[in-house]
Amino acid sequence: MEFTISILALPLISFLILALAGMKLPHKVAGGIGTASLAIVAILSYVTAIQYFGAGRGADGLFPTITPYNVTWLPLGETLHIDMGIMLDPISVMMLIVISTVSLMVHIYSFGYMKGEKGFQRYYAFLSLFTFSMLGLVVATNIFQMYVFWELVGVSSYLLIGFYYTKKEAIAASKKAFIVTRFADLFFLVGILFYGYYAGTFSFTPDVRLLASAGIVIPVALGLMFIGGAGKSAMFPLHIWLPDAMEGPTPVSALIHAATMVVAGVYLVARMFPIFIEYAPEVLHTIAYIGAFTALYAAVVACAQTDIKRVLAFSTISQIAFMMVALGVCTSADPHEGGLGYMASMFHLFTHAMFKGLLFLGAGAIIHAVHSNERSFMGGLRKYMPVTHITFLIACLAIAGIPPFSGFFSKDEILTACYSYSPIMGVFMSGVAALTAFYMFRLYYMIFWGKSYYETELKKYQKGEIAEKPHAPHEAPWTMTTPLILLALVSCIAGFIPFGKFISSNGHAYEIHLNAAVAISSITLAVAGILTAAFIYRKDSNRVILSVKVQSKKFIIAAYHRFYMDELWLFVTKRIIFKGISRPIAWFDKHIIDGFMDLLATASQAFSYSIRRFQSGNIQSYCIWFLHGVIILALILIFLV
Amino acid sequence: MNILNLFILIPIVMLLALWASRNLRQIRSVMVVGSTMLLALSVYLTIDFISQRNAGTDTPFLYTDSMTWYEPLNICYSIGVDGISVAMILLSAIIVFTGTFASWRLQPLTKEFFLWFVLLSLGVFGFFISLDMFTMFMFYETALIPMYLLIGVWGSGRKEYSAMKLTLMLMGGSAFLLMGILGIYFGSGATTMHIQEIAEMANIPTQVQYIFFPITFLGFGVLGALFPFHTWSPDGHASAPTSVSMLHAGVLMKLGGYGCFRIAMYLLPQAAEDLSWIFIILTTISVVYGALSAISQTDLKYINAYSSVSHCGLVLFALLMMTRTSCTGAILQMLSHGLMTALFFALIGMIYGRTHTRDIRELSGLMKIMPFLSVGYIIAGLANLGLPGFSGFIAEMTIFVGSFEQPDLFHRTVTIIACTSIVITAVYILRVVGKILYGTIKNEHHLALTDATWDERFTVICLIICVAGLGIAPMWVSDLINGGVSNIFTILHP
Repeated sequence: MEFTISILALPLISFLILALAGMKLPHKVAGGIGTASLAIVAILSYVTAIQYFGAGRGADGLFPTITPYNVTWLPLGETLHIDMGIMLDPISVMMLIVISTVSLMVHIYSFGYMKGEKGFQRYYAFLSLFTFSMLGLVVATNIFQMYVFWELVGVSSYLLIGFYYTKKEAIAASKKAFIVTRFADLFFLVGILFYGYYAGTFSFTPDVRLLASAGIVIPVALGLMFIGGAGKSAMFPLHIWLPDAMEGPTPVSALIHAATMVVAGVYLVARMFPIFIEYAPEVLHTIAYIGAFTALYAAVVACAQTDIKRVLAFSTISQIAFMMVALGVCTSADPHEGGLGYMASMFHLFTHAMFKGLLFLGAGAIIHAVHSNERSFMGGLRKYMPVTHITFLIACLAIAGIPPFSGFFSKDEILTACYSYSPIMGVFMSGVAALTAFYMFRLYYMIFWGKSYYETELKKYQKGEIAEKPHAPHEAPWTMTTPLILLALVSCIAGFIPFGKFISSNGHAYEIHLNAAVAISSITLAVAGILTAAFIYRKDSNRVILSVKVQSKKFIIAAYHRFYMDELWLFVTKRIIFKGISRPIAWFDKHIIDGFMDLLATASQAFSYSIRRFQSGNIQSYCIWFLHGVIILALILIFLV
Repeated sequence: MNILNLFILIPIVMLLALWASRNLRQIRSVMVVGSTMLLALSVYLTIDFISQRNAGTDTPFLYTDSMTWYEPLNICYSIGVDGISVAMILLSAIIVFTGTFASWRLQPLTKEFFLWFVLLSLGVFGFFISLDMFTMFMFYETALIPMYLLIGVWGSGRKEYSAMKLTLMLMGGSAFLLMGILGIYFGSGATTMHIQEIAEMANIPTQVQYIFFPITFLGFGVLGALFPFHTWSPDGHASAPTSVSMLHAGVLMKLGGYGCFRIAMYLLPQAAEDLSWIFIILTTISVVYGALSAISQTDLKYINAYSSVSHCGLVLFALLMMTRTSCTGAILQMLSHGLMTALFFALIGMIYGRTHTRDIRELSGLMKIMPFLSVGYIIAGLANLGLPGFSGFIAEMTIFVGSFEQPDLFHRTVTIIACTSIVITAVYILRVVGKILYGTIKNEHHLALTDATWDERFTVICLIICVAGLGIAPMWVSDLINGGVSNIFTILHP
């Protein structure tokens, strides 16, 4: 498996070429370099997967963990050292496929989407950098390597969100994304430090005796690491950066903020799963509750958003929370005995990456056509954009959990895992799943059905009410539709992959079987959600819904404002940290500490002025001072000696 | 001849040549030739040092030499280097080299400027090669005095005030230092000034150590921007010309950390062990306080100066943690901070030279006008906030992992507090990047500005290569430094 090094090397080389010489290259060449290297990476990833899974299981019934490369990068003390290498095991190989597939699709798609854009080369350079970092993250041989690449994906995300760097919102969003995730990374780092000190290694397979003797510290360390994961994976209350991150170009949102980077937190928990389940099951269950709350919160907020990318962003938060819940409800490492959630989570990660990538790329095609993110500029687009319409519909059905699309299968496994953990969790998550179907089809109907903005405008133009003729929405070029079609195909068939054969919580093969009760109830709920959405949003004005809207106006407005979480964070950062801490400290430094130093200087100067009179150069005053001295000495001699 | 002597001789020859040179061309050629020779020499020294170490020589210092200067006080010109000083010499040579190019177009009094500049570097090199406390102190003073003139004459803003403040505060530190050195000398029986010999005798009574450790540490700590004696740094940096800021933050502040380790801790190990907690508290304050103050500054140089307070605080913090790993991290941080800050100050100087303002409220959209400098600034910023692939990450991680080797509650707590600086750093760096580089151009006059000239590009590229090189291939530097640290630890933690 030595060739896997080129999976990492190619995007890096392409980044370096584009970063150093990119501005001199024509757009087509720059994009070509990036795309070609990614195509090779994708092929190599598939070859890796085929070889790895094709080689079969070892004598112990497990897929072997292969480490083709591992070198000491930075020695730290006697026992600890940071290694850099490549590790192949079922989940890292699966992630290779996810990342390289979505990344390749985004590379191709961007040819059309970013055509003629200033900074095209820079865009491709950053895409390559991101892909390199993300691939490095998933093949990490130890937690510290993961942290290194974790930071690198963070910065690539920062650079790509801020791609339109003259736009105020984009600057603020990129800053926010970086700082919020960095704040979470602080906990991750402290967790790693604890883990490294007590486990005596940064590797994923530490000495069991050391872990057992460390006691409470290991759960604490794992909990801190999860906070890092929660930052990247946008768990409540650290989710606030993700909706704003939609300021970046849409293909970037598809790649980074839907399919790959945001699932890094899930991947982290999955990577540490053996230690979690053995030493910190309580932490794992806490993760499940945090995830469940996040899933509901994001789903409710998604129902009230009007910007289509924000709807998708909140839907991403909600779906990642599903994956977290699935990991959190595991009670043992055996998939037959409560460890099903692990496989379900990875399965959902895989299918979600495909259909959510597709949704974002579809949204990009729509935005490309109507030049806006707002739903009021859309409506009735199904006639104008047939390919986008069909692929978007497939993705919506997949995320809503309608068979035979992929989301149904993975979500069904998650729900089964939830029910086996506790019926309450199961019912709760089923409810959120129904809500998912509702808000996705709300989005679908708002975009593709209802009154067409273009036709309304056109009528106005024909009546002479507006001077300018509106642009007709148009179908995207082939570079954009090809990835849509490919991803739609994957979303149709991915559910039939016998996922449990490759990935399961203890590594042994597991036969996926649908739980009929769960399947039927979840389909029913999903259909109910879709029908409600269709009933409300297919036509524009519906009397029933208007009355509901009026009655729950306050709630809808609150949901539209995401329950004021951003305002809360803004209050903490602006009012408390900036105005309440930083300003006073700067003032204190300038006036008290420095003031004291200045005071010393002024005081010694004043003292010096005051004794200057002794040296006036005036003979008479010298005589007076001399006389004073003589008298004082005489008095001392007389009275004291 | 011992090649270390060349680090003194070359600057002396440069001084003479500068004195004799008549025009700008000659001055420039003297500077380029001299600083290139210094750089080449330090690279050679590093390579030769590593190969000698690999060959198995394990004496604490290599290239040692000694010559008596003043018999009655046992003052000798003793020189020698270990891994730590080699790293510092390499850093100084890089900064002097790039500093030369950063002041390529400096006006007026170019000749005088470079005379003082070279004298300053002479002091710095002399300090790092000395093994005799007195000689070391002498070179230390040699490095400080030119600062007064360099800032007072060629500076900007309130330059006289800043120059005076900086000099007085550092001189105050020197007074403590002299007391400390004399205390160590007489405490050890007044037989030698040689650092290694004093350390090996290990005969300074504990009570004496308790008195002189705080004094010596404080003396060097002032130069290392130890809270609350850091206020010379913001004003001094803000007024200093570009290359002086580079040299000052890049090298001179490192003298403080180096001295704290080499003299205060190495020679007074017992007191260092028992009294470190006082200074750990002060340095933890430095780290967080410096970073928090940086958030609300509006002058680019002030932001960077406070960031230096925070980063140099981390150096002293790591030294006081007194584990082998954390001390290695401290030296790495000195190296990394030296390179990064020099890069930052160089870029700020170049931006200031064009826009004539450093106020971040007046700057905006520079990316469109000067893409090269802006990209350089972003890279410097990312390096500063500890992005993997740059030197800052290596240093910080080594420090944090090393500090975690102290398992008691006090050390754990302060380490976690110090860790928060990585978030605060991100805040002030991204704030500046967002404000001055991104966005639209507000000031019409800025549209006419040009991007970097060749000498500026050269400076920036050299420094970026160093910062990235250290960040991508850290193992060899880490090994180099670790050797020196281990030697000190045979005394500090037997």
